[in-house]
Amino acid sequence: MLANFMAWIDKRLPVTDAWNKHLAQYPAPKNFNFWYFFGSLAMLVLVNQILTGVWLTMNYEPSGEGAFASVEYIMRDVDYGWLLRYMHSTGASAFFIVVYLHMMRGLMYGSYQKPRELLWIFGMLIFLVLMAEAFMGYLLPWGNMSYWGAQVIISLFGAIPIIGDDLTLWIRGDYVISGATLNRFFALHVIALPLVLVILVFLHILALHEVGSNNPEGIDIKKPKGSIKPEDQSKFKFHKQYTDKYDIVDAIPFHPYYSVKDIMGVAGFLILFCWVMFFAPEGGGYFMEAPNFEPANGLKTPEHIAPVWYFGPFYTILRIIPDKLLGAVGMFSAIIVLFLLPWFDRGVVKSIKYRSKLHLCNLIQFAISFIVLGVLGTLPASPTANLIGTIATFGYFGFFVALWFYSKNEKCKPVPERVSH
Amino acid sequence: MKNLIKAFVFGLATVVSMSALASSGGVHLDHANNDLTDKESLKKGFQTYINYCLGCHQLQYQRYNRTFKDLGIEEADGVENYMYTGDKPGDHITNTMSKKEAAKWFGTAPPDLTLEARLRSPDWIYTYLRSFYMDSERPFGVNNKVFKDVGMPHVLQDLQGVSSIDEQGNVSPAMGGSLTTEEYDVVVRDLTNFLEYVGEPSKLERKSMGVNVLIFLFIFFIVAYLLKKEYWKDIH
Repeated sequence: MLANFMAWIDKRLPVTDAWNKHLAQYPAPKNFNFWYFFGSLAMLVLVNQILTGVWLTMNYEPSGEGAFASVEYIMRDVDYGWLLRYMHSTGASAFFIVVYLHMMRGLMYGSYQKPRELLWIFGMLIFLVLMAEAFMGYLLPWGNMSYWGAQVIISLFGAIPIIGDDLTLWIRGDYVISGATLNRFFALHVIALPLVLVILVFLHILALHEVGSNNPEGIDIKKPKGSIKPEDQSKFKFHKQYTDKYDIVDAIPFHPYYSVKDIMGVAGFLILFCWVMFFAPEGGGYFMEAPNFEPANGLKTPEHIAPVWYFGPFYTILRIIPDKLLGAVGMFSAIIVLFLLPWFDRGVVKSIKYRSKLHLCNLIQFAISFIVLGVLGTLPASPTANLIGTIATFGYFGFFVALWFYSKNEKCKPVPERVSH
Repeated sequence: MKNLIKAFVFGLATVVSMSALASSGGVHLDHANNDLTDKESLKKGFQTYINYCLGCHQLQYQRYNRTFKDLGIEEADGVENYMYTGDKPGDHITNTMSKKEAAKWFGTAPPDLTLEARLRSPDWIYTYLRSFYMDSERPFGVNNKVFKDVGMPHVLQDLQGVSSIDEQGNVSPAMGGSLTTEEYDVVVRDLTNFLEYVGEPSKLERKSMGVNVLIFLFIFFIVAYLLKKEYWKDIH
């Protein structure tokens, strides 16, 4: 019965084939480590954001007069509304934690290098859209930090010569941030950007499956056809799309091996996630900022306007550059250089395991610079903070410049033929 | 590596404590030591709020009947003892003060206090209400150590009495109130407790659900771990 049904479907839509190609017969390297959980976790959080978002939308009122009260209505009068809201707000921060770790994994194991440049670019586009999505979502509770945070970021566009003022007017839909801004941000946050996000995630995974997964050793598990003796090849059955072109070694089918492993990862992640969500949903004032518990007020500036923590690194770069236009350029450059990473790195060895000590040090200093920039972004400006921020900004951009220079003739360790695991 | 972690944790702790200090404007805050499970304290705080605060400060997002339910007050009893404004039990806890007029009287309209405990922290409220002192320069004759030049009069003055301040900024104990210092602290603590409850009425439910969810997740994690181990035993 079920077999007949599937046969009927498969004649019309290749469902079984797609299942095999992408899950049951997809060759995944057998040596994925801890860092490889974060891709599937990012998808989990995306699903969480979409589902809780749908239910929040049912009771949220996107207007300057009603938004703040409707959030409190959700918190008090909607059954489990508080749970939906905290799942969504904690999910926003969790999304960035998971995505930052996922990106760090890519840096460590050279997952952006040839032939995965496009895969990396899709990932970076996801990151960019995610930031826009989070920024617009943060306006919706219509708290005072929502208001002033948006005020600061939108005013950046005013620094662009000639068109700046008209551009900010066009973005806001008003001379100040108002209900009109809230309405358009709502539309973009619940429809336009999530749609783009889902399409990009789809493309990210398609591109991944086209070039195949990298692994902590940075050793390709697809070998030229005919180069591996049959007894040395992976004993599992993989989809012909992969085996027709390559001999596959040291691989296992994604399903069931990594699906069960990822379920374990999901359980571990949910323990941490629920810990925060149920016992500290404000995340110590970092996931939900205190000034956001009073309604937006254009006449009352919060003492210290801080962006949400995940924008911290980019906000610090903006702030330490005294000129507003140059600051905005610096901030956007910090994201653009990430897009160009596959071309800054001229090396051929992927994994940090086989690359030079210099590269290891460079990567560590980059990670530290990024964290320092993030911490400073949440603190009030001071001369000391500016000095440290300047050093960290040099560290951030220096990573790419140094990489470009040393990666051409880098002294790497010999890379083995096979994944030794 | 260990030192690195230590340095990181220390840095994080500094950041957290710095931001905590920043949120109180640098003034030391006393601990309210709230207990949301203490229904008697919440009821007393509710009563104090109705009697002393509601005239100016609304709780416009919170409903009477929700409050009755959560505090264990029978609805008939609640209508009788807590509702003086002619509202229905399903209504929000509001007053009829005109914002425009209020701004004229106090310099600024008294804010809604539903989320005050989340905006400023319970400790802030607890300390603020115990920090009024005499200041003849101010329109109502009082100023506040925590909220300098606040527009609000010392509404609880007949309970606490009034303190004075010396040139070093030390506040003397309050004199002339109907309560002792300890009794007054209890009244303020009950009120703070109530405002913490109103700030997030589902807080207790959240925590008790959290315990159950975590217990489930720990068991689920063990099952998931064993499942993974079983599947992977042949992979080398």
